[in-house]
Amino acid sequence: MTDAVIPFVLRRLVQAVPTLFLVVTLSFVLVRLAPGGPFDLERPLAPSAMENLRRVYGLDQPLPVQYARYLGALLTGDLGPSFSVRDLSVAELLGRGLPVSMTLGALALLAALVLGAGLGGLAAAAKGRPLDHAVTALRTVALTVPGFVVAPLLQIAFGLSLRWLPVGGWEGGAPAHLVLPVVTLALPQAAAIAQLTRNALLEVLATQPMRTLRALGLPRRVIALHALRGAALPVISYLGPTAAGLLTGSVVVETIFGLPGIGRAFVDGALNRDYTLVMGTVVLVAVFVVAFNLLVDLAYALVDPRVRHA
Amino acid sequence: MALLSVRGLSVAYAGGTALDSLDLALHRGETLALVGESGSGKSQAALAVMGLLPEAARVSGSVRFDGTELIGLPRPALDRIRGARIGMVFQEPMSALDPLFPVGRQIALPLQAHRGLTRAQARARALDLLTLVGIRDAERRLSAYPHELSGGERQRVMIAMALACEPDLLIADEPTTALDVTVQAQILALLADLKARLGLALLFITHDLRLVRRMAERVAVLRAGRLVETGPTERIFARPQSPEARDLLAAEPRGRKAPVPAGAPVVMAARGLSVSYPGRGGLFTRAAPRRALQGIDLALRAGQTLGVVGESGSGKSSLGRALVRLEPAATGLVRFEDRDLTRLDRAGLRPLRRFFQPVFQDPYGSLSPRLSAGEIVAEGLRVHAPGLSARERDARAAEAFAQVRLDPETRHRQPHAFSGGQRQRIAIARAIILRPKVVVLDEPTSALDRTVQRDIVALLRDLQARHGLAYLFISHDLAVVRALADTVLVLRDGREVERGETAAVLARPREAYTRALVAAADLAPEGQS
Repeated sequence: MTDAVIPFVLRRLVQAVPTLFLVVTLSFVLVRLAPGGPFDLERPLAPSAMENLRRVYGLDQPLPVQYARYLGALLTGDLGPSFSVRDLSVAELLGRGLPVSMTLGALALLAALVLGAGLGGLAAAAKGRPLDHAVTALRTVALTVPGFVVAPLLQIAFGLSLRWLPVGGWEGGAPAHLVLPVVTLALPQAAAIAQLTRNALLEVLATQPMRTLRALGLPRRVIALHALRGAALPVISYLGPTAAGLLTGSVVVETIFGLPGIGRAFVDGALNRDYTLVMGTVVLVAVFVVAFNLLVDLAYALVDPRVRHA
Repeated sequence: MALLSVRGLSVAYAGGTALDSLDLALHRGETLALVGESGSGKSQAALAVMGLLPEAARVSGSVRFDGTELIGLPRPALDRIRGARIGMVFQEPMSALDPLFPVGRQIALPLQAHRGLTRAQARARALDLLTLVGIRDAERRLSAYPHELSGGERQRVMIAMALACEPDLLIADEPTTALDVTVQAQILALLADLKARLGLALLFITHDLRLVRRMAERVAVLRAGRLVETGPTERIFARPQSPEARDLLAAEPRGRKAPVPAGAPVVMAARGLSVSYPGRGGLFTRAAPRRALQGIDLALRAGQTLGVVGESGSGKSSLGRALVRLEPAATGLVRFEDRDLTRLDRAGLRPLRRFFQPVFQDPYGSLSPRLSAGEIVAEGLRVHAPGLSARERDARAAEAFAQVRLDPETRHRQPHAFSGGQRQRIAIARAIILRPKVVVLDEPTSALDRTVQRDIVALLRDLQARHGLAYLFISHDLAVVRALADTVLVLRDGREVERGETAAVLARPREAYTRALVAAADLAPEGQS
């Protein structure tokens, strides 16, 4: 089976090419449809200067030519120069933001998984009892209160009143600066994972294989381990797109906490009509989504033998 | 003292009583058969003994096992008995095993839990057990997953698990119902052999009285949650006292179909009919294409029934679907009257479809839950008789209900309000409302209790005589085929094995495979019920 994995992965990567092509094309069209351009400032530039800039960045060419050039460069891995941050390429900008977003995202994912699976397991064990209801209530709050409300509340409570944690800034990724943004990112995901885990566990526990295990007189612990494996499947498929989203940065959290991640780069790029930066971010997110969907399929095959063989 | 003694055991749910003060006694080394139709409470009794009833169940009464009261026993104490001293085998070996773990690991579980064996020791014992239950190549099968085993092998694995800790009592709940007849015979022989060798007491739960004669010393008959009769097997079979037991004994479909009128025209014919499916792969692999049916010829006359017999995977359902053009992968020639169906596209077939109608096995899955029974029955008229008004369609539906002997007034109910047998009548009504000439019946009685089966068989015979229908009757159940079919076609691995007049084939099968099927079916002698 292991020798079949590599061809499978290769096949999937080839299949991803048209998807990525579609994403690039669509974002190219959309970003050009937005009114204004990268060099429209509040005080308009002199026409000759504008002309110069447009020629330097190739914006004087017809759109199809620009599109073809962009695609050609993309094939060599070149995301182009940034229009708004002079002297830096998009790749360099994303390279600066990615460690920030990935650190936050990875920590948030880990926290959400541990907290969510734990609470979900507890709620399933206490089905219908007060603990289950309490988890449900917490879950509803965490899922419905948006990040732009949670973040300022956390800043006020832990930053301004208690003065335990800084209210923002990156400072090279100092742990104290990570806590509040990670909590803001993790809370809704933890809630979603708790709900998924609880329901999947209860569903699996009601199946006939679990009844067979009870008929064998096995201790609860052993049965729970078997059930967890079955319940992992829906959680895994949820984690794929979620991980891709978390690792590529959050506009809201990075803006509120003033963090130099991908989300901020994207917003700045969009506001400045920095065409290449916006498209570079989109391509990056698309690559992450493709990669994590592939990982989800591989994880599925690892857990479920029926997926592995015919 | 009895090994298992059940006194006044009742199981109730919010909706009503499932089991009403059951009394039973089972001695060491003895086999007691608990017999009843679906809903009789026989599985509820087994689950109550094992402490496996859902939380919503209210249990009262007493179950004493070797002196210990099991009802109300705390879980840790119960877990020292179940799996260790009482083993249980469930009906559906596919869904009863955990699909995510190799079978060797699953057999090892009770050994690790009850005997404190290490993983390696448990594995060695699991290997012995697989050999004991007759699994070939046991060493390699240990690391197989349930989906890689056949139905019979899975049931053997279930039995190995249940016997792992050498229990005193084995509860087998319909252990062979989901299996092919020849496999069924093997599993029953295995259970009988193990029982004799290990000195087991066996509580054998079944809806099929025919199995009981060979398996059990004593029989308890349940109906609607109540024990109606109990006694030695010989006596129950010779002189059943309760009407329920008499009914179950007489439930084998009997009588024969009237012969096909001389000169009846051929309505449907097939030549060289084959079906081949593309390989179904896993995530990483592609399998080779599978030939489900190969080169079948047949001709069906008006009023004739061709029985198609074979085990699962023999291609009998593929044949039925190919004949009514519901099988896109089919090749070969199919003629309806004088028209070559294989040359017609979807639009060309549509006006003809009403003449050849299918009826499927699963009366639960094949009816849309969103429509009323009458709408389901009349639905085909929208396509095939577009001139009819809604009122006329409804009148025709009421008529069809009467034909299948359902109260026409019930046609406004949803399908879930009907029993399995009634749903099968709805499915038949849906087919005959279009006044077809050919009906393909794919295991229409397999999901039904014997007594209900008997009535459906009578209904099918009656409809056929009245309308001159031709049937392709697909079944693994030779008792039903004998009662319905003029000729029988035996399939194996997609090929024809044997074909002939039903009575002749069943009395003097030529091929070894047919002989095995006939032997396994254990048909009651002709003329007797």
